[in-house]
Amino acid sequence: MPATPTSTSAAALPVEFRGVGRAFPTASGDRPVLRGIDLVVEAGEILAILGPSGCGKSTLLRIAGGLDRPTSGWVTIAGSPVGDYDARSAIGFQEPRLLPWRTVAQNVALGLPRGTARAAGRAHVARLLELVGLAEFAEHRPREISGGMAQRTSLARALARSPHVLLLDEPFGALDALTRLRMQDLLLEIHAAEPTTVLLVTHDVDEALQLADRIVVLGTEPGPDGAASTDAAPGAGIRQTVVVPGTRPRDRGSAELAELRGRLLDGLGIDRHGAARGIQATSTIPAFPY
Amino acid sequence: MTADASRGGARTSTDPGAGRTGAEDGPAGVTSVDRQSNAPVADGGLAVAVAGPLGVSGIDRREASGRRSGGAGSAGPAGASAVSTRRRLADRRWFRIAGGALLPLGLLVAWQLASTSGAVPVSMLPSPEMVWTAGVDLAERGLLGLYVAISTQRVFIGFAVGAALGLVVGAVVGLSKLGDLLLSPTLGAIRAVPSLAWVPLLILWLKIGEESKVVLIAIGAFFPVYTVVAAALRHVDRQLLEAGRAFGLRGVRLLSVVQLPAAVPSVVSALRLALAQSWLFLVAAELIASSMGLGFLLVDSGNNGRIDRIFLAIILLAVLGKLSDAVVGLFERWAVRKWA
Repeated sequence: MPATPTSTSAAALPVEFRGVGRAFPTASGDRPVLRGIDLVVEAGEILAILGPSGCGKSTLLRIAGGLDRPTSGWVTIAGSPVGDYDARSAIGFQEPRLLPWRTVAQNVALGLPRGTARAAGRAHVARLLELVGLAEFAEHRPREISGGMAQRTSLARALARSPHVLLLDEPFGALDALTRLRMQDLLLEIHAAEPTTVLLVTHDVDEALQLADRIVVLGTEPGPDGAASTDAAPGAGIRQTVVVPGTRPRDRGSAELAELRGRLLDGLGIDRHGAARGIQATSTIPAFPY
Repeated sequence: MTADASRGGARTSTDPGAGRTGAEDGPAGVTSVDRQSNAPVADGGLAVAVAGPLGVSGIDRREASGRRSGGAGSAGPAGASAVSTRRRLADRRWFRIAGGALLPLGLLVAWQLASTSGAVPVSMLPSPEMVWTAGVDLAERGLLGLYVAISTQRVFIGFAVGAALGLVVGAVVGLSKLGDLLLSPTLGAIRAVPSLAWVPLLILWLKIGEESKVVLIAIGAFFPVYTVVAAALRHVDRQLLEAGRAFGLRGVRLLSVVQLPAAVPSVVSALRLALAQSWLFLVAAELIASSMGLGFLLVDSGNNGRIDRIFLAIILLAVLGKLSDAVVGLFERWAVRKWA
């Protein structure tokens, strides 16, 4: 298979979070966002981090990639601590973040590890563009391609690093529904070809179910009356860990997944019939006001 | 005329408040908007940073970006058909040249009529022919070429020195917090000194030679470049910077791969402003202490009552300023197409 750069792919490495917490300083004192995260991601696993917006999913991912530092606890990749902008991981941002003055191919080449020989680098970039289906757009500028193509370019750039750990921050969040489904399938193809460890942040339950081996739900502890008090939020922790049954690619319509989907939505504070939990019961603010 | 407009713009842009607030709005806009609109946002940010009355570069840029996005297939929706045909006509080269020449030609005709009809005495308004004759006369004595050459040389040396220093200092202030902390208050104060205030000091220090004039012009060229470059580098899209860092770029490589290219369009328009400012400072320098050059021609003719030569010098300044601006304008267009 010429399209799969097996020769350059790096071995997947495990990631371990121990007691990770992060607080952001504000005018009225520190605001904790994450608290006491203990999590082990196996090498080669796809782990989805699910949670409502603003719960600290992206912060957790950024800490894993060394783009941010925890205020407490530590993160290791294969046993050694994560450094600033750790070279063992590669990140796919929520936005494509392509350099507008570079072509698609040049943007992908930005991800190549330093010291890659010119010819080998060019060949690797060509293979990756082939893999994400952008070979004929290699010489286009980012402004000349669609949002989905830009996101695929961003993914190819992350893969160009041959990362031991691939960090994806809602990479398909801004795409239309159909493109998103295609991108999910593409990600699974890539993972099959280059089995790296993947941490995927998403707020889309279906996306998590479709892609992940395991799903971690982040959220704040519910208050005494069952609803989280939003004022003094102590920071989000792991609320739920779900092992997704079956092997990929999964049938998007299977009954087993539908059951799991309901449970996850319930964990996120969404009633299956569409009403946010707690509205009828009390007049307090529901756990996750969507 | 162009030079005058740009000079007005340069003055405004040297106001630190205006430049800074405008630029600070930039990154927020960029983050919220999609990649497709990056270029227009950058253009908008620039237009603010470079400030109000600078019609020239602002308009050119917007047209350039409009044409680009049109090429990318994202032209305006409904109602565009009527507009687009009109724009196509306005895009034609001959049409633009003819349109731009219309007003000068009209002025020339009005001038000719006013001066020959006797409505205005010739001692106040010489006829175009008299100005032409004065020019030919000076040229025959070898003075016209000399004056134009020496003035142009002063502008280009001063501009080159000032712009180069502006790039370096602007980069230091824009990239390092320490540099910003240490340098920008002082530079802001120096920038506030009106250009003419330097003249007596420079003459005492450097005598009435070439140095004093070149230094004054360099001061004039320095500040627009310094101000815009510092602001542009300080406000490079944070998301792009973070992406660059996440992919292992730091230090010089981050500078050359992300920060400098992102600042190129604003740097080029800063150079354009600086060039206009250089002509302004040239005349200031030559008016006060010189024995040749267009500014000397102005003050000498004023003393001798040679109003025809005054007109000649003013027209020459307008033409030279416009020509040099057009050259930088071409460069700017190329740079925007390549880097924005």
